[in-house]
Order: sequence, then structure tokens, then C-alpha cells
Amino acid sequence: MLELDKISKVYKTGTFGGKELLAVNNVSFDVKDGEVISLIGESGSGKSTIGKMILRLISITSGTIRLNGVDIATLKGGALKDYYRNVQGVFQDPFSSYNPVFKADRIFRIIREEFFPEIKIGEWNKKIDSSLRAVGLNPDEVLNKFPHQLSGGQLQRFLIARALLLDVQFLVADEIISMLDASTRIDVLNLLAELKSRGLSILFITHDLSLGYYISERAMILYRGGVVEMGSTEQVYYHPLHPYTKMLIVSVPRLNKKWEEVEVKLKAKHSKLPTGCVYYERCLFADKDKDCAKRPPLIEAESGHFVACSHYMEVNKGV
Amino acid sequence: MSLQVENLKVYYQTLRGDVKALDGATFTIEDGEIMGLAGESGCGKSTLSNSLILLKPPMRFVGGRVELDNEELPIWDMEKMNNFRFKKISTIPQYAMNAMNPIRKIGKMVSEILKSKKVDFKSKLPELKRRLDLVELSHDVLNMYPLELSGGMKQRMVMVLSTLMNPSLLMADEVTSALDVSTQKAVAKMLVGFRDREFVKNLMVISHDISILYQIADNIMIMYAGKLAEKAPTSVIINSPRHPYTKLLISSLPDIGVKYSQKKLTGIPGKPPLLLDPPTGCRFRERCPVAFQKCLNEEPPFMEIKKGHFIACWKEFEKNA
Repeated sequence: MLELDKISKVYKTGTFGGKELLAVNNVSFDVKDGEVISLIGESGSGKSTIGKMILRLISITSGTIRLNGVDIATLKGGALKDYYRNVQGVFQDPFSSYNPVFKADRIFRIIREEFFPEIKIGEWNKKIDSSLRAVGLNPDEVLNKFPHQLSGGQLQRFLIARALLLDVQFLVADEIISMLDASTRIDVLNLLAELKSRGLSILFITHDLSLGYYISERAMILYRGGVVEMGSTEQVYYHPLHPYTKMLIVSVPRLNKKWEEVEVKLKAKHSKLPTGCVYYERCLFADKDKDCAKRPPLIEAESGHFVACSHYMEVNKGV
Repeated sequence: MSLQVENLKVYYQTLRGDVKALDGATFTIEDGEIMGLAGESGCGKSTLSNSLILLKPPMRFVGGRVELDNEELPIWDMEKMNNFRFKKISTIPQYAMNAMNPIRKIGKMVSEILKSKKVDFKSKLPELKRRLDLVELSHDVLNMYPLELSGGMKQRMVMVLSTLMNPSLLMADEVTSALDVSTQKAVAKMLVGFRDREFVKNLMVISHDISILYQIADNIMIMYAGKLAEKAPTSVIINSPRHPYTKLLISSLPDIGVKYSQKKLTGIPGKPPLLLDPPTGCRFRERCPVAFQKCLNEEPPFMEIKKGHFIACWKEFEKNA
């Protein structure tokens, strides 16, 4: 199981790195074995940063990430390689994950060279066959081809098959569906759900709430680097407590219901507070005299359902 | 008056022959209508919209007729089309976020565009400011570089710019795809607002996200492999589609409240045919669950089976007869 304990990330921005941007602010959660957690937020909310920190692609500014009790920041050499045997990521744009000069199945060869040099080639090819079949591809159709000869959905499934070859326990799926067509989207989603039933844990990063609901048990809503709401998907989707979550849910375009006449305001409603609630500017419920000037802590409003808002009781009643 | 497209054919020239990306499209958009256009990637929806405004190689005009406000559009002629572009036909490009010149301040860029179309910038400025207010952008953006704006702000800026001359036809190609749900909703509502205020007369919204189209479009047209598959009022397409492709497409969309463990959705098996040498008959037949002998040999025409409901499927024609 993977634990994130109070992790933060500060990026240096500006021409000479003079400014600082707090991309992830004090986020803690854990992912149990065989669990799918959705990380939902708009662009700039820090959701991809969290995924990249788990994959050790970027450093953590403060806090620790532990896999089965071991702090991943301390891993080096062979231990780090072992970590990558267990934890892998698949990203948004399948086309840019491949080198267009080489054939797409080169990614499998590299896995063998790096991780399994002792396995004989015949046996390895059998393994490739079975993992390709596991992701719903026909090996004869997809092997020995260049990336441009395969569709986005096929390439995306290739990357998942690559992760399967390593027998991973934990997969970071960062917006893996958003570049795919509606008709192939659902196949990749179903595949993830199937893998989950085999014991794989998935961190499903998305901005699409309906996809998050489809496959995950727990959902986390991120706003400007902080968790504003966390709970089981039913709780978060049917009884949202945070004003931001509420706004997100009414904004989702749906097929059975026209958008309600709730206006989404893009302009700030209030001026910014230097400290205090991150959502204050856009919040419909905010009131400076109340506790919004202080940063609201993440409190457990009902069993397993956490919210960071000083007056979630009102939010729950109103609108 | 309206946009009328008759049997429009636009192919891509390649070394191995023509790719028949748009093979005979016939439809009309009435004044004040928002038409949604949906389909898988590579089905020809962007080819259709691009060909109406900028038909450049490797695109090749093969045949057909396009009329806007009872005037024929010379879409095959790059030069002549200059009189129509921006003034009568305008587009919000697919990557509108990157559509602005990064080394010009936005105000300067707008004035240069207007100058190239021989329109006086000063006289348009009050209207420009009014429209910036409408999309909730501050007037200061005219003094900023595109770099200083967020993705959603750039998108809105491009929308204002594209519609500044009150074009008869506006094409919005995947304008909401790269945005967050909240910005997406605001942008989609602005498109409707532009229509309601009569900044644009006919609006064609292209998206692979049918749920967005359901929110804003009056009619939806579904394309498949370079052909029109179905066109009907929005509620008909969503609630009682007739073409097997539309049915499968709509049933594969997840919605809030649908969970894998309770209701497993399925995709559409197979993939679209290669358009370099498309098969005879119906182009959907290989993936179609109800295909029969006739689909193999004869191509179904795009026919009106009910008022405003067009479809190209032999099986449905049989049922209707």
C-alpha cells in the first residue's frame, strides 16, 4: 500500500527562478491494495504533480511517500529499480510516449534488457503475447509496427501492457483517457477496472468527473494544490460538501439533463485573501467575517468523508 | 439566409492516391441554428469545417456546391475566398489557445488583423471592448501578451476576435475539449450567447464530446468515415437515435451515476475503414451489428425519414418502408 504523508511541492518560477509557486500543499492520503482512487481537479490544481512525485520524476519539497512502509525518497540503485518494478505510470498523450523512429514494441525489449535479462527470448515473447491479450489487443495485428501505424487507443493499451509485464502493484494513470475517442475510451476504462480486480491499485488522475465515478471507490477533489474534499465516490458525488465540488458537479455536461441555470462565474467574486481559504475568491458562500480568513483544516464531516470548508453545513443545506 | 452544402467532396492528395476524407456531404444550417457535429477522430469533421474556410493542399476540392446567404462560395479558389474569410465566414480553430501571435500584444495583433481586412481599428474599438465585457475579460488584455493569459482566457479572446465582424457562419472546432469542466461550461454558454445576440447567424460546433453538444446544439449531425450517418434534432439523436453507429456511440458514454461494478459499458469493437481505398457499400458495415447483404454492395443514401431526421442506413429504411 502507498501512503502520502503531508507532501508539498514548491516550483521555482519567473525568469530567474525568483518566484515560488506552491503547487501541492500538504496533501496526505493512502491507496490500499486493489483500490482505485480518483484525483480530480482543474488544470493547475497539482494533480499531475502528485502523480509525478509518486513516480519520482520530480523531487518532493517536504513530506514523505512510503510504499509498504519504505520511504521512496531514500531509494537508490537496485532498490529504486525494484520500486519501478512495482510502480509505473501511463500518461495523457500516447503519441509522445513513443520514439517515432523506432517500432512501438521496442518498449517491451527495453523492459527485458533492463529488468529481466535472464528470461529467454522465446519465453519473453510468450509473456508479451499474454500481456497484450490481457489488454485486449491481438499480438499479430499490433506487433512489429511503428507508432504512427497504431491508433491512440492501441498505443495507450500498449503502455498498460508494458506495465503489466513488470507485474506492477501500483499504476499512476494520468489523464489516460482524455485523448481517446468516445468509442475506445470505455474499452481502456473497462481494462483498468479488470486489472483492479486482479489486485492492482490505481491512482486515476482526471478532470472528468463521470470517468472518475465509473471506476473508482474513493474520490479526492483538489483545488490549488490542496485537498478540498475526499470521501467515497458516492458521498462526494451525491452529497458534495465543498462549494467547489458542488460547482464542478453542476458543470459536468450530461446527457439526461440540461445544464441547470446555475451560472458559473469566471470572474472573482471576492478579492483574494493572502492567507485563508484557497477557494475564497470564487466561493458563493464565503464571508470574510466567518472563518474563511483562516485556512480551513480538512475535517471528517461524516464517516470517511472529509471536507476543508468552515461552513460546509450551510453548503449542504443550500442550493 | 442559411448555409447549404450539396454533395461536397474533399479528398486529401497523397502519393498512394486520394484519401476520401469527406465523400459527399449534403446538409443545411438554418439561420440562428447551432448545429453540432460529432464523430470519431478521422471521420472528416475537421475536414468539413476546414474546407469551408481554408481549402489548402493537400486538401483537394473534388465536387459539390456550398451556398451561404444565397451566394455560392468559391471554396476551391484561395484568392476569391479572401473576400469571405473573417467577414462572412469565421472559425475558432481547434487549438485556439495557440492561435495568437506570441510576440505581439493582443491589441496590436487585433489592429493588424483588421487592417489586413481593410477595417478601421479605432471605429471597431468600442464594439471590441463591449464584447470583452461580455466574455468577462478585462480591457487590459489588449495591452498584454498572450503568454500572460490563462488557457480559458485565451480561448475567450479568440472567440471575441473571430466573431468581431458578425460573420454569417462561425465554425467552432473542438473549442471546449482542452478546458476544465467549469470553464467548458462558461465557454459553451458564451457560444450560445453569441448566437442569441445575433453576432453570428449560423453556428457549427464540432466536438467529439456529445454531452457538450447536447447542452448547446439545436441539431446534431453524426459523421462516420467521411460520410454523414445521421442528422436530427438534438433530443432525437440522444433519446431515439436510428443509425446503429449513433446508438453504439451514445450507449458507450459514461455518466455520473454509472459505475463499472453495477453497469458495465461497452465500446464499439473494430475500427473505421481506411479511407484511401474505402470498401464498397456502407462504410460502417464491418462494425455494424445489424448489417446484411445489401449493406455489402450498395451504399445507403442520406435520406430524410421524418421531418428533420436524416439517416443513411438500409436496415432503418426497410423498417420505415
